[in-house]
Amino acid sequence: MFADLFDYLGSAANWTGADGIPIRLAEHLQYTVLTLLIAFVIAFPLGLLIGHTGKGAFLAINIGNAGRALPTLGLLILLVLLMTLGVVPVLIALVILAIPPILTSTYAGIRSVEPDIVDAARGMGMHERQTLFKAELPAALPVIVGGLRTATLQVVSTATVAAYVGLGGLGRLLIDGQAQRNYTEMLAGAVIVAVLAIVLDVAFVGLKFVAAPGGLAARRSAQEHDERAAGRGRDAASARDQAVAAPAGGPGGSGHA
Amino acid sequence: MFEFLDANSSTIVDALVEHLYLSFLPILIGIVVALPLGMLAVRYRWADIPLLGASSVAYSIPSLALFIAMPGLIGTKILDPLNVVIALSLYTVALLFRSVADGLRSVPEPVRMAATALGMKRPRQLLTVELPIALPIIASGLRVAAVSNISMVSVGALIGVGGLGALFTYGFQIQSFPLLVTGIVLSVALALIADVLIVLAQRLTTPWTRARATR
Repeated sequence: MFADLFDYLGSAANWTGADGIPIRLAEHLQYTVLTLLIAFVIAFPLGLLIGHTGKGAFLAINIGNAGRALPTLGLLILLVLLMTLGVVPVLIALVILAIPPILTSTYAGIRSVEPDIVDAARGMGMHERQTLFKAELPAALPVIVGGLRTATLQVVSTATVAAYVGLGGLGRLLIDGQAQRNYTEMLAGAVIVAVLAIVLDVAFVGLKFVAAPGGLAARRSAQEHDERAAGRGRDAASARDQAVAAPAGGPGGSGHA
Repeated sequence: MFEFLDANSSTIVDALVEHLYLSFLPILIGIVVALPLGMLAVRYRWADIPLLGASSVAYSIPSLALFIAMPGLIGTKILDPLNVVIALSLYTVALLFRSVADGLRSVPEPVRMAATALGMKRPRQLLTVELPIALPIIASGLRVAAVSNISMVSVGALIGVGGLGALFTYGFQIQSFPLLVTGIVLSVALALIADVLIVLAQRLTTPWTRARATR
């Protein structure tokens, strides 16, 4: 079975032409990037606002939870029936999938900034806007990147369903393979999507590392170390709240397809 | 609408029952496997990093891809619902193992010391003291796992496995709005009910967390 897979992946015919693997990959990435851009433009400012003012937190958390429960395939098909075929229903369905993790992680990231940092910024005479962008945002960045990571993973995974409504992307290999009873092609598609998702995930681990503001990251890890050494551990309640608000870090995300 | 529900009731009920079984079985398997793994990771440093890496990689694999790869990996038939059950169990383990480890690490050291001072042996201390304290964090992981499992099952319809996703694909074929909407509403409702049940179960089993919250 896997020998067939390598034959498939090694065959030059599958890497050329209008429905070759590179074209499918490019389409897949195109849907993914476009979706994430739109979702970011909607969710990021909203998350900043809710996080900074503390107003609408209930909304942010509940959008996060509801978003996880919504079956994207059903939503996509509903949109296709409503709007006829084309790329727009796919983008809407994927954007709806990507908004909750970005919104909740931005909100949770800003909320998780230590009040001392915010007070210090205000004490130095920063305006609200400056406090948000110069003090809170840099400190919240690792959490926000975690949310982007979850969103990216979900969108890359779910963009495969675009093929079901006649569009391109790597899902074509899965859907066409199934239509032709060609399991090897399906498996090849599955492996390529999985590798793409893992590569992007690893890239985000690197990005998260870079996103942590230098001095703050060092201080935070030193502080964690001290706490562990002193045996205080992490505060259970705050860890729980964060887990509910933004299951973003590590393999925390969810609802991908 | 009522006529529609009447005419399709057996299709809908079948899909719902299959959906329930396809999403809850993995949760049960996930709990059973993740508990010892989480304990292992907390107890032994050599187990922690590889488990963390493996769970992270497992979780980044798209579910549709994993459903399709399952026959190649374990030799099942492609239409076998077992593919979906095993793939979702893997996700649940990957997610819950982290929650179990995080939960156990959140147990304050003095509590552990007090239990030891009372003469508790390691297994009893783990089961009667540390696990109950870790429960809220484990439950929050369980909520994520349950809700995302329920929404992921429907993707199985693309490879011909039943569940509410079958209402989506069938609804698409016959262009039926009511069938689609019924599928979506039931799927969301199932996820929300599961979520509420886990929260209730957690509140019932950890009454002290409420006492702390109201203090």
